[in-house]
Amino acid sequence: MLLIHCPCCGVDRPEIEFRHGGEAHIARPADPSALDDHQWADFLYMRSNPKGVTAERWRHVHGCGRFFNALRDTVSDRFLAVYRTGEPRPDLDAASTGMEGGK
Amino acid sequence: MSETALYRPALADNQANAEVLARPGIKVTRAGPLARFVFRGDAAAAGKAGGAFGAALPVAPLAANAVGARAALWQGPDEWLLLARPEADGEQAVDMLARQLAGEVAAALGDTPHSLVDVSERNVALLVEGAGAADLLNAHVFLDLSPEAFPVGTATRTLFTKAEITLWRLGDEAFAIEVWRSFAPYVEGLLIEG
Ligand SMILES: [Zn+2]
Repeated sequence: MLLIHCPCCGVDRPEIEFRHGGEAHIARPADPSALDDHQWADFLYMRSNPKGVTAERWRHVHGCGRFFNALRDTVSDRFLAVYRTGEPRPDLDAASTGMEGGK
Repeated sequence: MSETALYRPALADNQANAEVLARPGIKVTRAGPLARFVFRGDAAAAGKAGGAFGAALPVAPLAANAVGARAALWQGPDEWLLLARPEADGEQAVDMLARQLAGEVAAALGDTPHSLVDVSERNVALLVEGAGAADLLNAHVFLDLSPEAFPVGTATRTLFTKAEITLWRLGDEAFAIEVWRSFAPYVEGLLIEG
């Protein structure tokens, strides 16, 4: 079973305590009424779905209940970093050299 | 055995029903009713609530603070489970204590934003005790329950197979399971199966 590090609880916890919350850092448009339908659909539905490192929201739903963000490699399913909501996406070099992500 | 005065076996008139499981090295008991609250608020609100409630709300993740017949369990960074046992037996005593505590906490908080929800009847507690307690729990709980990883005083929400519980380590060989009432038969059944 995958262990995921919750930055709020400060511990590694089994994957089943968590829910995936979709791609991270998708900012809601400041003025939605200024967008046309195509742009709004982009915001609502279009996600990057990369092969490799992706930033995602996760929620520790059966633990502290909080959302946080994580960098995960979609090829290996390895968590490279976890960070709190509102913090900037960590740069990958830092992430690959010592972040205490889940294993 | 339990290092808190909070839990005791279910009431005398239910004594026959209090025992869920008794085997060498393992005992599972239904605990008597408690007044229970979910408190939510920031650090300032939590500080005031702890004073009124009679047990400080712990700031450290996964911590529980038991003081006499009161306990405050960290559930999240702005969320606590508050437990209190009345002096007298009976549901009526629980109800009276819950009203009293709700009033006192609300008075202490005043205009400080917070949420206090009475969940006294939402949860029931099961006490799992004995040398085999951790092993029995680990048939259904996916956490490392070694004393190093899960020391006495740790409390956390987690899963018991498919049911969400709050697991609190009361002693080296004693745990309390706080579980929603309708999930309790499921949890008890799985504990009996082992
Ligand atoms: Zn957590």
